Amino acid sequence: MARDLEQYLRPGIGVTTFCPGCGEAILLGLILRAIDELCLNMDDMLFVSGIGCAAWIPSPHFNADTLHTLHGRTIAFATGAKMVNPKLKVMVISGDGDLADIGGNHLIHGARRNIDLTVICANNMNYGMTGGQVCATTPLGALTMTTHQGNPFRPFDLCQLLKAAGAVYVARYAVTQPFLMIKSIKKALQTEGFAFIEAVTPCPVQFGRRNNLGQPADMLKAVMAQCIMKDKADKLSPEELRGKIITGEFTDGAD
Amino acid sequence: MGLQKVRSTLPAGSYYFSGDEAVAEGAIAARCGYCAGYPITPATETLERLSVRFGEVGAVFMQMEDEIASICSCIGASWAGAKAMTITSGPGFSLMQEGIGYAVFTETPVVIVDAQRAGPSTGQATRVGGGDIMQAKWGSHGDYLTIALSPWSVQELYDQTIQAFNLAEKYRVPVLLMAEEATAHLRERMEVSGEIELFNREKKAGAPPFGTKEDDGVPPMPAFGEGEKLLVTGSTHDEYGVRRITHPLVHEKLVTRLHNKILHHGQEIIQYEHYYLEDAAIVVVGNGFTARSALFAVEKLREEDKKIGMVRLKTLWPFPIEVIKDIGSRVKKILVPEMNMGQVVGEVMKYASCDVVPYNQVNGEVIHPNTIIEQLRRLR
Repeated sequence: MARDLEQYLRPGIGVTTFCPGCGEAILLGLILRAIDELCLNMDDMLFVSGIGCAAWIPSPHFNADTLHTLHGRTIAFATGAKMVNPKLKVMVISGDGDLADIGGNHLIHGARRNIDLTVICANNMNYGMTGGQVCATTPLGALTMTTHQGNPFRPFDLCQLLKAAGAVYVARYAVTQPFLMIKSIKKALQTEGFAFIEAVTPCPVQFGRRNNLGQPADMLKAVMAQCIMKDKADKLSPEELRGKIITGEFTDGAD
Repeated sequence: MGLQKVRSTLPAGSYYFSGDEAVAEGAIAARCGYCAGYPITPATETLERLSVRFGEVGAVFMQMEDEIASICSCIGASWAGAKAMTITSGPGFSLMQEGIGYAVFTETPVVIVDAQRAGPSTGQATRVGGGDIMQAKWGSHGDYLTIALSPWSVQELYDQTIQAFNLAEKYRVPVLLMAEEATAHLRERMEVSGEIELFNREKKAGAPPFGTKEDDGVPPMPAFGEGEKLLVTGSTHDEYGVRRITHPLVHEKLVTRLHNKILHHGQEIIQYEHYYLEDAAIVVVGNGFTARSALFAVEKLREEDKKIGMVRLKTLWPFPIEVIKDIGSRVKKILVPEMNMGQVVGEVMKYASCDVVPYNQVNGEVIHPNTIIEQLRRLR
């Protein structure tokens, strides 16, 4: 039975700003389903976002307190709010450029301090809002508006980075794995401490079309083909894992 | 809500504090609930004291990873309902500028203490300077106004810290306390009175948090967690915080109100002191530590019956335009000594009809009274 998620949406916000085929609109729905299944009260929640496409997931769509901040500084803003009012359930939703490029330092320090935040990083592997430039998560060799001969630099493995920095829950799923993603978001929300989810979100309009994946369906299929569950990946060699996106939980606070 | 009398946190009496310690105690007296900062000379001692004292009074102290995180976490804390403050010096003040602009545009009360040192860049980290005055006005991009105060003593670092919180809360604006190394590291006696007046931010459930009927009003400010479903954004927004990023009138209305809410309340905000103006032909306009030397110089020359007066600007921004206009129309010359290459003097020249003479010293030392005496003798 379809759940009524409209109660979580801000009245009067008629259209989204997401491009056709954008994975972030799917992620928006998955986050709300997780909140709905946990029966969380939106009045107890604060959503903090930065600058970029993913920052628009909560602001203005979610009918709750939202803090749409400066580029890269979400974790710092969220830290101040959470420290002053620990009763707030604080969720940070932003993109890879925002959290890992310009905000990378705040991200690892937030994890190190183990501030009780749920951080969802929508990774579309490029700067979508400004028209598709290379970022810290763009795959090696990928074409973008600022790497016309292919990205010469390696991407961050955000989950390994966050695990090393001390986040107590770290997971990566793609929006093509909706049920796993919902389960993971629920787990992150229930985690006490710094929880981090890398949500792989296809960006056909800016990233895909420069890498032969301009049709939304093609890009979704490509992401599905790239994703491999962690337990399977653990048995493969680095050679066999080339080009794969390893999904699953990297730490769940138990270790 | 509004102005309320409360008991001082320290017992009334005399204290022997450094300027940095006085800032910390002023923040506690003002019931600051959150302070974040990053170690930097000459402001570090305030952080060190607050890290101990906040634990005693139940406020939150955070040492952040940089000054950007410090100001941003203060803004988050302010929206979560606390009075918030950060403390820094030149290089950190530069890093905070984007956050200050965000605080202006989102009308977030926050206090920023800049213990100015000799710049630019790393400069002379342990030496005094007064070169951040214009940065306090326009350090962030776009058009905006803040409030900036200029203390000249340890006593005033305590008093103006409290005042900075009151102004920030009343006008929903970042307030910059433009201290200087010379006062931050100065140790002298100060008095604490048993009772102080504090302004607590106005709240009104359901009222628009980013707009007023008046074109110079200050809207009430709810906090996160109060069920107001706030939209706080650094993009241009309407009175409910809804982004309106292309409408010309919405932007114009917002930027204009943010200016007017400061400019139109200049009389309530601006503070200054004047000495020997009655018959003065020459007036020194000073601020901060330099005003101490200037007053000494003026009093020395008064002993020789020289007709010299002084004005001390306790508020730098909004600039005391009317005060300077008035003096400029009554005297022959104004001397503006500053520990920079000429910042306040430019404003004085804008508004004074008389001759305005700068004296600039950028050697990392305070201006000696004898230097000002010499300058004043040359003017005649």
